[in-house]
Amino acid sequence: MSEFKALSLVPKAEAKQTLKDFKSDQEVRWCPGCGDYAILAAVQSFLPELGLRRENIVFVSGIGCSSRFPYYMNTYGFHSIHGRAPAIATGLAASRPDLSVWVVTGDGDALSIGGNHLIHALRRNVNLNILLFNNRIYGLTKGQYSPTSEIGKITKSTPMGSLDKPFNPISLAVGAEATFVARTIDSDRKHLQSVLREAAAHQGTSLVEIYQNCNIFNDNAFEPLKDPDTRGEVTVPLVHGQPIVFGAEGSKAVRRAPGGGVEVVPTASIAPEEILVHDARNPDPSLAFALSRLDEPAFEHVPIGIFRQIERPSYDSLMAAQLDEAVAAKGEGDLGELLMSGDTWRIG
Amino acid sequence: MTKQVQQLDRVIIRFAGDSGDGMQLTGDRFTAETAEFGNDISTLPNFPAEIRAPAGTLPGVSSFQLHFADHDILTPGDAPNVLVAMNPAALKANLADLPRGADIIANTDEFTKRNLQKVGYADNPLEDGSLDEWRLHKVPLTSMTVQALEGSGLSKKDAERAKNMFALGLLSWLYHRPTEATIKFLEQKFAKKPDIAKANIAAFQAGWNFGETTESFSVSYEIKPAKLESGVYRNISGNVALAYGLIAASKQSGLPLFLGSYPITPASDILHELSKHKRFGVRTFQAEDEIAGVGAALGASFGGALGVTTTSGPGVALKAETVGLAVATELPLIIVDVQRAGPSTGMPTKTEQTDLLMAMFGRNGESPLPIVAPASPSDCFDAAIEAARLATKYRTPVMLLSDGYLANGSEPWRLPNVADLPDLRVEFATETNDESGFQPFKRDPETLARPWAVPGTEGLEHRIGGLEKSDGAGNISYDPANHDLMVRLRQAKIDGIAKDIPPLAVDDPTGDARVLVLGWGSTYGPIAAAVRRVRAAGGKVAQAHLRHLNPLPANTGEVLKAYDRVLLPEINLGQLSLLLRARFLVDIIGYNKVRGLPFKAEELAGVIQEVIDSE
Repeated sequence: MSEFKALSLVPKAEAKQTLKDFKSDQEVRWCPGCGDYAILAAVQSFLPELGLRRENIVFVSGIGCSSRFPYYMNTYGFHSIHGRAPAIATGLAASRPDLSVWVVTGDGDALSIGGNHLIHALRRNVNLNILLFNNRIYGLTKGQYSPTSEIGKITKSTPMGSLDKPFNPISLAVGAEATFVARTIDSDRKHLQSVLREAAAHQGTSLVEIYQNCNIFNDNAFEPLKDPDTRGEVTVPLVHGQPIVFGAEGSKAVRRAPGGGVEVVPTASIAPEEILVHDARNPDPSLAFALSRLDEPAFEHVPIGIFRQIERPSYDSLMAAQLDEAVAAKGEGDLGELLMSGDTWRIG
Repeated sequence: MTKQVQQLDRVIIRFAGDSGDGMQLTGDRFTAETAEFGNDISTLPNFPAEIRAPAGTLPGVSSFQLHFADHDILTPGDAPNVLVAMNPAALKANLADLPRGADIIANTDEFTKRNLQKVGYADNPLEDGSLDEWRLHKVPLTSMTVQALEGSGLSKKDAERAKNMFALGLLSWLYHRPTEATIKFLEQKFAKKPDIAKANIAAFQAGWNFGETTESFSVSYEIKPAKLESGVYRNISGNVALAYGLIAASKQSGLPLFLGSYPITPASDILHELSKHKRFGVRTFQAEDEIAGVGAALGASFGGALGVTTTSGPGVALKAETVGLAVATELPLIIVDVQRAGPSTGMPTKTEQTDLLMAMFGRNGESPLPIVAPASPSDCFDAAIEAARLATKYRTPVMLLSDGYLANGSEPWRLPNVADLPDLRVEFATETNDESGFQPFKRDPETLARPWAVPGTEGLEHRIGGLEKSDGAGNISYDPANHDLMVRLRQAKIDGIAKDIPPLAVDDPTGDARVLVLGWGSTYGPIAAAVRRVRAAGGKVAQAHLRHLNPLPANTGEVLKAYDRVLLPEINLGQLSLLLRARFLVDIIGYNKVRGLPFKAEELAGVIQEVIDSE
């Protein structure tokens, strides 16, 4: 996919690839029924589309169920430590522009212990794709509430209900002025892959929140988005340049609300020009932020799609440019000359 | 008036003033003049962590000590012969270090009632006779500077700020220093503010002229150039030498240098220095925190760079988990710890050797790594190259233990010949190493290092991580026997480095000393100076200095057991002593002080003599 600017420096595969090329020889060991299987299959079947040399793709992860992901990919992989994957991937991507670097993380890994690295990766805009599997629970440690669990969540560590307000990962990412922010869902492979395609093409850090079902500790957390009876009324599809309407026969619409936010109203109740047309390319993050607040309270109306997709030079390209500029101005460094710099004197 | 000129073999000057008075710059310039003149030099800056502590107070005192001589010297000197005191606080903070009979040059303008009160002087010490046992030179530095700059168009406040250059001019006259380089330096430093440059130069020259005409100074001094080994020299601080060593290691290994770092005293200057050298392909990444700094460095190492992180003790504590990951994934990584006084925030600008045990053991699990410690500011260059050699050859994180004294101290450095630097070329894995496919943990039988296969290498795709790996194939393994084997293999790899480092050398000129004085890191200078004194007085003492703290040189136990007594001075409560006693079951006589300051040669000479006498 030579048209992907973000991947222009990554060597292309000579032969056509298939899903099998990206499967490692390791047995996949998530719980039966885990949403991670669907995401793994979606990623493995999507990557051939990019046509990159497998050895130039790296998956970096932290700790948690989702972070086992690299072991199952027949690419280079680094299963690191809790929360630090964005930092490790930053060093790798900043020094190796010929790699396509993917971070796989979860809600605990990215938003709790690794929150600092996440927001700084987003503001810095290193050429990375961050896949945030959000299941709103701690799985690997067996079921404590997470920073995306709803208030009042009854878990092993919160028998009387959790007290703290959760993060909305999209609001957080938009607040950090990330250049690419999207949400998709494990069960909708077509949509998931369409978002991955745009994320891969994006130069800079892309954050993709993937709603992922943990059938053991937080089953059906996203059921309103999956149940055929409700999903049409709950899912708010975001398509750049399109008016935001949803529900049966487009019966609901999003419009700007007084006070700066956005709201859902019956389409028939407003003039067509009042319907908000989604603009993911708007450099001002305010409207993307407002859209991210639409699902408060949770799961009444949940926007799915690309919230924000703007161009800003990536950190790694700027860093490389400074090196080139320094060499262009004064030539490549000479060690002997460096040691002799400053006041020197000769004896004997 | 012809003034008397007296010959001296060495002088120790301490410039002391308020932290806003420019004492570090004054000291640096005097050092440069002295280096140019050809004396041997050793310097010790001493400054508060506060950028501008309240003016005129004791916590705000900043000083710079310089020892220069007509022979080779090893330390910045124990006690100053001359104290330049820019205000009462500077006098009060430093007087205790000043032997009776030493010169005090005091800026009388600042000895006002208010300034005296600030530091608790009831009477003016310049007037009350309390300094009668010293040679006091009362010089109105501030007002003479302002006078010299009359008509320059500068405000009084701006003119006053040039008083450090007046002091520098006076001292330059007193010790016959060459002045051209300082004038050139000031022109360059203030190139964009020509009036400030002119004022500073005028103040500098006024200070010189004052020395020549005043009756307050009847004698000036000459210190002949030192006879040093022939070569090209420059003055260098430990932090700059360390940065240069990393660049040299990058050149010699062919690996691009990647520094992930978070600002911390006293290590930040390495980040600053490396940031200037992008022409060498050096990538410097100022991370969001210490953990991200080391994480990014490790990520870069995974990609085939020479990954480095620089910090001080509190930062090492934060990086521990990532260093453990580097141990587990067996990737090269250099962790530079410029040690400072702890625990916790401690005294950020003061020196200590208290991180040795943290470097050895400060990680979960069995996680051995090599430790290298430079002995002097210029040795930081070679130590950085050595750390890179071990990291890349053995695919391991290496801890490089500098300290605040080495970092900011400086000395003349005989420049190495670039062609003589060690060849550090690294071979990445390029093809599969086993019939079953690529095995990322199949080791080199000699070094026990695993192959370094970087992303982008076809056919060697593999996954690594912090989970225990099966020997060879590197797949996740919970097998008890495999874990025990891997723990032992990682340890054996580091232990095996002992075969690849020089034996511990002993300096014992008479060959029959019964007492060995051992050291590591920055105590080299004071220990060696003390040993010289003891020997000059007829004492017999052997000296050895450890550069590799882990693993120790193969002959360490043998050396320790060859002496009746082993004395080990450390700026901690006996951390290396603990390791040596446990490992070799020998008694070690520790000499331990943790004052945030380097040892004094005289003090150590006394301790060595006591141990000899107790034989």
